[in-house]
Amino acid sequence: MDYEKIPVEKFAFVQENEKLHDRELQTKARSFFVDAMLRFGKNKSSVIAAWILALLILYAIVAPMLSPYDIRDQDSIYINFPPYVRAVSDMHLGILDGARTLDSQNDNSMLAWKAIGVETGLEPVIRVLGTHDTEMIHKGQTITRTTYDIEVNAYYMKGMIYKTFSYDEFQRIQDWQNETGIQVLYPYVEPKDIGNISDNPNIWYQVDSKGNAVLDDNGDFIPVYSTSVDKAGLEYSSLRIPGDPGDYIYSYGRSGSVQCRVLYYNYYQYLNGMEPAYLMGTNALGQDIFCGIGVGARFSIIFAILVSAINLTIGAIYGALQGYYGGWVDMLLDRIADILSGVPFVVVTTLFQLHLAQKVGIVPSFLFAFVMTGWIGMSALTRKQFYRFKSQEFVLAARTLGASDGRLMFKHIFPNAIGTIITSCALVIPGVISSETSMTYLGIVNLSAFAGTTIGTLLSQGNAVVTTAPHAILYPSIFLGLLMICFNLFGNGLRDAFNPTTRGVDD
Amino acid sequence: MFKYTLQRLLYMIIVFFVITFMCFVLIRMLPLPALPPDDIHTEVIQMRREALGYNKPYLVQFGIFLRGIFTKFDWGLSEQLYTGRSVLTIFLEKLPATMIVNLYSILWTIPVGIALGIWAALKKNTWVDYLISTLTMVVISVPSFVYAFLVQYIFCFRLRLFPLIMKGGSDYFSMEMFKSMVPAILSLSFGVIAGFCRTTRAELTEVLTSEFMLLARTKGLTKAQATVRHALRNCFVVIVPGIFGEFIGILGGSLIIENIFAIPGVGGLTLNAIRSQDYNVFIMSTCFYTAIGLAASLVVDISYGFIDPRIRMGSKK
Repeated sequence: MDYEKIPVEKFAFVQENEKLHDRELQTKARSFFVDAMLRFGKNKSSVIAAWILALLILYAIVAPMLSPYDIRDQDSIYINFPPYVRAVSDMHLGILDGARTLDSQNDNSMLAWKAIGVETGLEPVIRVLGTHDTEMIHKGQTITRTTYDIEVNAYYMKGMIYKTFSYDEFQRIQDWQNETGIQVLYPYVEPKDIGNISDNPNIWYQVDSKGNAVLDDNGDFIPVYSTSVDKAGLEYSSLRIPGDPGDYIYSYGRSGSVQCRVLYYNYYQYLNGMEPAYLMGTNALGQDIFCGIGVGARFSIIFAILVSAINLTIGAIYGALQGYYGGWVDMLLDRIADILSGVPFVVVTTLFQLHLAQKVGIVPSFLFAFVMTGWIGMSALTRKQFYRFKSQEFVLAARTLGASDGRLMFKHIFPNAIGTIITSCALVIPGVISSETSMTYLGIVNLSAFAGTTIGTLLSQGNAVVTTAPHAILYPSIFLGLLMICFNLFGNGLRDAFNPTTRGVDD
Repeated sequence: MFKYTLQRLLYMIIVFFVITFMCFVLIRMLPLPALPPDDIHTEVIQMRREALGYNKPYLVQFGIFLRGIFTKFDWGLSEQLYTGRSVLTIFLEKLPATMIVNLYSILWTIPVGIALGIWAALKKNTWVDYLISTLTMVVISVPSFVYAFLVQYIFCFRLRLFPLIMKGGSDYFSMEMFKSMVPAILSLSFGVIAGFCRTTRAELTEVLTSEFMLLARTKGLTKAQATVRHALRNCFVVIVPGIFGEFIGILGGSLIIENIFAIPGVGGLTLNAIRSQDYNVFIMSTCFYTAIGLAASLVVDISYGFIDPRIRMGSKK
């Protein structure tokens, strides 16, 4: 039968009103990225790590702004002082009270601490932790010596210092005293009245030849403030301490200046306009650690991201060349990578510091040291991915259509490898932070001038005083530890989410 | 296998010389620190510098340097740190402390690490596994100076069990010395334990799910027999090279731990050499650390071949 002659009306639609079952899916397509994010969301530990990480980064951003101090503020007296905030300290919660533990204090030292409290109104002893009685035989008699373990407020315990002022400065302090009603200048005590002790400005009472307090019949201290008006440096017309009959001198004349006994806690307020408020205490330079950690972390994180980005780029290009061309190019480039990766990192950093720090600055030469060897891991990864993809059909198809080498490499093969590369970047960042911290910790690189301080610097300063001021290393340690753990957990989670096949493999 | 080993060894030596040459030139390019004018050693050092060809091209200098090493094993004199003493002597004095501390540390940590890894793998997806894996993860992430601080603060300062820093002197095997080393050994140990635990666990869990394990069970082996005879042997293919690598690594030690606990070892020497610009010592340290790094990777590679016949076969192609 001639098919061309079939009349039109004999044709009919077969499935005109039927439901088609092989249509395109109506559900919204889920992209690879969304899929990966959903997988990431199921990994609880990584999600928690991501949140903590976000908090830590937030801390790095806002802590230096929130802190009343700048990293350049260095106090010369409050060095390695414990955490202290007046408002919290007054609540007696046992935190932020500037507490430092002193062991084996005898009665005389207890009296000396008490005297500071009596004179300044700032009671240094917070609590007595324990008492020990020891019996000893002295000149044929058994006597009991009591020693105390006490917790003192380091800020109050500092008490007075000797300070020399110019005449103008002296006048300004008096004006400030009148304005605020805070006593900075205290009556002068001449060494001849306190057994020629000239290095302890906290003695204002009668002492015996050993420097121990002599009490009157009521058990009170006997003030020995100087009244030698002819020795006074300048006229004093400001606040006087209670019990001052009006003839105590508040300064001692030196050539062209006056020497005063100054209550440092109040002098600090005069200088800074506020009471000391160190949430995490101070370090060996008298910097605020709360601010210092933020400043250091800012540097570490930005530096690590920068290093990772540069290494990622170099490594990806290098690995792409190696993997795509193979053969002798691969071998040659591999030998170069072998040689560079064989140089110990500490040597690379040192040499770059010694050679380049003078010319291009410390930070760029530190960056070069990282870039010098850091890209090798990334290039190996890219090379592997290229070997995997370059013989696949889509590459052949693209080549048949006339795509150039460059286009094949970066348009067709590279996007397939990008998931692996990006996720490994999340694990490179903590590695960079760790190395950077080690190098600044060891003092091979000193970034204090550029960044203010770094976590490594804070840790090494804290390590020197680990027994007397553990807070100085504790807080940077906690921060760094948390940062590293969270970065690694987050990176692992990200890698598992992007490469479901490697799930559960830990390295 | 012999040919493969030889090839790798030769390649390593070439890489080593290239690195040494690069570092040597870079170090010699640095301006020399001034010598003290009235010191008896100054003149000797000046003459030595002349003899070492400090004013000649770098290639000639490197030649003189290599000749000194190959003919007399002469690494030069220390100029700043220990004026006029032979670098090699200083170095050999410092080596025992580093090695002993690291040796003590890996001697107990490798068995413990592997045991924990095996335990975690056998109890996979139970709380034991979760606990061990989490701790491993935490320990690997946290840098060593954080534990060093914890050990120093808790064990040395609070509990007063050990001295804060390592004792001086060279009586490395006395009890007192051992006690003073414990904090450093402990601080070094965490990372090693965690590393071995993680590798063992990862390997063993993979091996335990493989098909030959099922076969072993099917032919009648108990779980313990199958694990010991088949699974463990297979997972040691990866672990044993790691152990060899670790043993080479004990020579290098840790710069940071040595710094914190004042261990009189090569790490401290290197740091001091950098700080005081004692370049002859620094060159030796550089060569030393490079050689250790290369040797460790060489030993790991070759031991893979010795342990696993499949890798050995592959190299014959």
